[in-house]
Amino acid sequence: MQYSEIVMEHFKNPHNIGTMENPDGVGQVGNPVCGDMMKIMIKVKDDKIDDIKFETFGCGAAIAVSSMVTDMAKGKTIEEAMHITNKSVADQLGGLPKNKMHCSNLGADALHKAIQDYLDRKEGRVRRRPDEELEHISSHDKHCYCPYCDYDQPEQVAHCVRCGKPTVEHDHD
Amino acid sequence: METIYFDHISGTTIHPEVKKTMINYINEHYGNPVSQHQLGDAASAALEAARQQVARLINAQPGEIVFTSGGTESVNHAIKGVAMATHDKGKHIITSNIEHQSVSKSLRMLMRMGYRVTSLSVDKYGVVNPKDVERAITKETVLVTIMHANNEIGTLEPIAEIGKITREKGVIFHTDAIASVGVIPFDVDEMGADLVSMAANQFYGPSGVGALYIRPKTRILPIIEGGMQENGQRAGSENMVGIIGMGKAAELAKSEMPERIKHLSQLRQAWIERLTTIEAIDINGHPTNCLPHLVSFSVNFVEGESMILMLDEKGICASTRSACASGSLRASHVLIATGCDYAAAQGTLIFSFGITNTMEELDKAIAVLKDSVVFLRNMSPLYKKRAAS
Repeated sequence: MQYSEIVMEHFKNPHNIGTMENPDGVGQVGNPVCGDMMKIMIKVKDDKIDDIKFETFGCGAAIAVSSMVTDMAKGKTIEEAMHITNKSVADQLGGLPKNKMHCSNLGADALHKAIQDYLDRKEGRVRRRPDEELEHISSHDKHCYCPYCDYDQPEQVAHCVRCGKPTVEHDHD
Repeated sequence: METIYFDHISGTTIHPEVKKTMINYINEHYGNPVSQHQLGDAASAALEAARQQVARLINAQPGEIVFTSGGTESVNHAIKGVAMATHDKGKHIITSNIEHQSVSKSLRMLMRMGYRVTSLSVDKYGVVNPKDVERAITKETVLVTIMHANNEIGTLEPIAEIGKITREKGVIFHTDAIASVGVIPFDVDEMGADLVSMAANQFYGPSGVGALYIRPKTRILPIIEGGMQENGQRAGSENMVGIIGMGKAAELAKSEMPERIKHLSQLRQAWIERLTTIEAIDINGHPTNCLPHLVSFSVNFVEGESMILMLDEKGICASTRSACASGSLRASHVLIATGCDYAAAQGTLIFSFGITNTMEELDKAIAVLKDSVVFLRNMSPLYKKRAAS
């Protein structure tokens, strides 16, 4: 496996695993078809991320990214946390194999989604149903990232819309 | 840390006697079998002896065996070689949805050249219905290519029945028997196949060497052109050391097969029993009509690569076909073809046992697997969701 030592360390001993009571914001991205699913929950106090937890279904890189992105966001202001990027997460992990870059995208996306959810709630957008957070998120379920250039694909497409490499295998197309 | 190897489907270990034979050969021989001098004669004799050993393994004649660089080349040769030789007859090929990429990608290339390919679906165990093959054959059909044993789920296909049909219809029949030849009995006449692909690294021989069985009078052209090696079917100086190893491995596979199958079946059964102690695990493939040494199982709510990493940390080597591990972001086409859902396919592991594996190794592995599954399910949103409902 071509993972860095930092990735393996975070994979073996991930930080901030779990769930929380009454989170202030929840962000969930990915789906099992793409291979990864990530859910980040935040508690916000004085405009700072006071507590953060994640749940992830995914490969070693996805788990390491979840651990790293939650570490990076913890204690940060909302503003600062919104500036955490896919690239900064991957860099902090000592890099990721090319075909795993999409995992770092999921990490920052899930975090930003959780913050967005927090902001939505703060502005008084009342959730109609207790499970609406999942509805809100499911619009992103179709997203897959190119394993070669980690471009966010608009839909499930056979070939990356940017680099043209196959994102999925079609054996008899 | 002790290594426990449960990935024999990716390539077996090399049998000590095979190793010895190969080393002896390197030490004593260097001639090219086509040379007209004594060193060439010695190499030629060794080559033909190996050919005989491989032929015996599948009840064929030595002249029907063409050595190749491995299973993938054998498959490419069979499919493209037949297409080139028969393009005047028709451009229709029949295959299944669960073939190895060496088959499906060779066919995809032919499709770009105007070939029509009928890909048959399989049942929930991954079995092709021979009647579907019969129905799919048209006047245009030049080749049927269906694998013998599936390399991901271990299911055996009804090759003998399909062979009967293709013979009656006069269509060439290739079977990718890479996962089965040398593991379980394979008789080319019983199977009725005209072309059979095989690889040495599935039966304790080296990687990088395989063979293609070609039934006499089968219309096929070589895909590698040059000298007249391999009866004109495969040009290029032979990989002598590899071939010598494959020959010895074939001889051992034939003589040791009954006891190997017994041992491997016991391991397989014991592993399945151990797996039942973990909740929400599905065993894939046909329960009885299958390879004796392979278990494909889906651990629900977790992803395969992360389990492989955790097992690897403890020295246990196995395989997964999860999308994440594939680099193509797509779950195994074989599992999807059998109706397995995407999430379960992502959590699929393949354990394939070998003759040196022991029950103690299974005990160690199941303990590590259990810990890994608990650890990963504990952080899985899918598992939490299921627990909540």
